[in-house]
Amino acid sequence: MKNVVNVDVKLGVNKFFVDENNAHIELVENPDSVEFAKLIAACPAGLYKKDDDGSIQFDYAGCLECGTCRVLCGKTILQKWEYPVGTFGVEYRFG
Amino acid sequence: MSEEKFDAIIVGAGLAGSTCAYLLAQAGLECLVIDRGNFPGAKNMTGGRLYGHSLEKIIPNFAEEAPIERCIVHEKISFIDEERCTTMEHTTPVATDLESRSYTVLRSKFDQWLAEKAENEGAGYIPGIRVDDLIVRDGKVCGIIAGDEEMEADMVILADGVNSILGEKLGMVSQVTPHHCAVGVKEVIQLSKQQINDRFGCSDNEGAAWLFAGMPSAGQMGGGFIYTNEDSISLGVVFGLHNAGTTDKSVPQMLEDFKNHSAVKPLVEGGKSVEYSGHVVPEGGYAMLPKMVADGVIITGDAAGLCLNVGYTVRGMDLAIASGAAAAKAAIKAKEDGDFSEATLSTYTTELTNSFVMKDMKLYKALPEFLDNPRMFNEYPTMVTAMMNDLFTVNGPSMPLRKTFLPHLKKVGFMNLIKDGVKGVRSI
Ligand SMILES: Cc1cc2nc3c(=O)[nH]c(=O)nc-3n(C[C@H](O)[C@H](O)[C@H](O)COP(=O)(O)OP(=O)(O)OC[C@H]3O[C@@H](n4cnc5c(N)ncnc54)[C@H](O)[C@@H]3O)c2cc1C
Ligand code: SF4
Repeated sequence: MKNVVNVDVKLGVNKFFVDENNAHIELVENPDSVEFAKLIAACPAGLYKKDDDGSIQFDYAGCLECGTCRVLCGKTILQKWEYPVGTFGVEYRFG
Repeated sequence: MSEEKFDAIIVGAGLAGSTCAYLLAQAGLECLVIDRGNFPGAKNMTGGRLYGHSLEKIIPNFAEEAPIERCIVHEKISFIDEERCTTMEHTTPVATDLESRSYTVLRSKFDQWLAEKAENEGAGYIPGIRVDDLIVRDGKVCGIIAGDEEMEADMVILADGVNSILGEKLGMVSQVTPHHCAVGVKEVIQLSKQQINDRFGCSDNEGAAWLFAGMPSAGQMGGGFIYTNEDSISLGVVFGLHNAGTTDKSVPQMLEDFKNHSAVKPLVEGGKSVEYSGHVVPEGGYAMLPKMVADGVIITGDAAGLCLNVGYTVRGMDLAIASGAAAAKAAIKAKEDGDFSEATLSTYTTELTNSFVMKDMKLYKALPEFLDNPRMFNEYPTMVTAMMNDLFTVNGPSMPLRKTFLPHLKKVGFMNLIKDGVKGVRSI
């Protein structure tokens, strides 16, 4: 479409306390690409990405803790999905 | 810490949890609310509209003191395709009956207020702690585990929201499947109070709830919404997750396109995006309700799937409040009887069954299935906007209305129209 969304800019206004030592979501090695494509489309934070060269990326910083990826792929390509440890993660000022 | 035993530990300081805590503390029970956020509400978002009736019964005239945004007096429903938008509008004066009012809310503020009310009654709050597991002895829930700490209680009330990992661990809640939920994404856009009044035709303290069917969810089950807050608007999209993978458009892109639609853009023009949030909406309905009571435990709110997708709107907050209240009632009775078994706590389900919660869950039982039909979100919105377009376009001799409309109706198919009409009427 005309306006390609830049989710990183949107996430930029949010308040996050990122737990640098502990990823609360982890992908399996070599995730199935059909499953991964679902997450590229559905993650509201756009954290599942595929580069032009086909390599995939995921960064748990910026996670909105919605659970969408768990619902879609918790049993396939995610090997870990937890809420961040208490006090970490997103903090809504409006909600 | 484990020497001290509480009457009840509540996991989750959302609306279900804090309502329950408020009533338990008021009845003199020792209760503790634990939330993983830094303060109650820090993790919570919603679309925006709180139907006041259930909280009104617990805290009469709550809107006087609660941080509500605006009282809703304008209702708008639109069919919207990529370019056009047909809107039905309904305006009423603020209802004199308090229970009939509904308000826009922002959860970060609202949940803090409700938690403070509960605290003032004597409920204890521990924010910033994630509960990892429950203590279960001889099949009875007896407390919670967080990290390497344990805390004991006669009973635990789970108010931990959708994705109730704790309810799953107990084997009571089954993991939400893509078929029974949607993802919601929302932007809070700041504007001045006056800009909102002007753009939505409101006066101070009064506001609009606006729902959109069609392009916001890329023609699939879901929709777009706008709620006016005091000095911001909540703009969002809800998208049924079973359709993930059927459209190339990403969920964040859906929100962006909706925001840039010619019918929406002027409303948010010049506004400043101050927050971007996401959350899952349980939409399984009556058929998917879990086991909600067992020895020493009750499950409430979103965690129990008590959320309604009634097509034009999502309703979960008034149900969360009512279920928190029902859980409190059951817990108070259990405390009186000194018996926290499933049998005693079952007053919770009886209470729900006799209240609007289960009545409405049952009433709209057939709705999720009926709505899960792309015609509802694709063909019909396009049909309506195209008909309106023809009706209002004059570029030469006009045609009789019948002739203008027939081709659009034919496109969707008369049989489909009749079928969906009949099914639709039956499901509501
Ligand atoms: C996009 C969207 C739009 C909606 N629109 C509306 C609307 O307009 N009107 C309406 O009535 N409803 C609406 N809903 C539904 C409504 O928001 C929910 O039904 C309601 O918030 C549920 O309240 P709750 O108290 O059950 O759960 P939540 O508000 O989700 O509270 C759960 C709490 O538990 C905490 N928690 C979770 N796990 C743990 C743990 N392990 N340890 C400690 N704490 C934990 C969380 O931090 C959170 O505070 C909408 C929902 C969405 C997503
Ligand atoms: S929980 Fe939600 S925001 Fe976080 S990675 Fe999964 S889909 Fe994205």
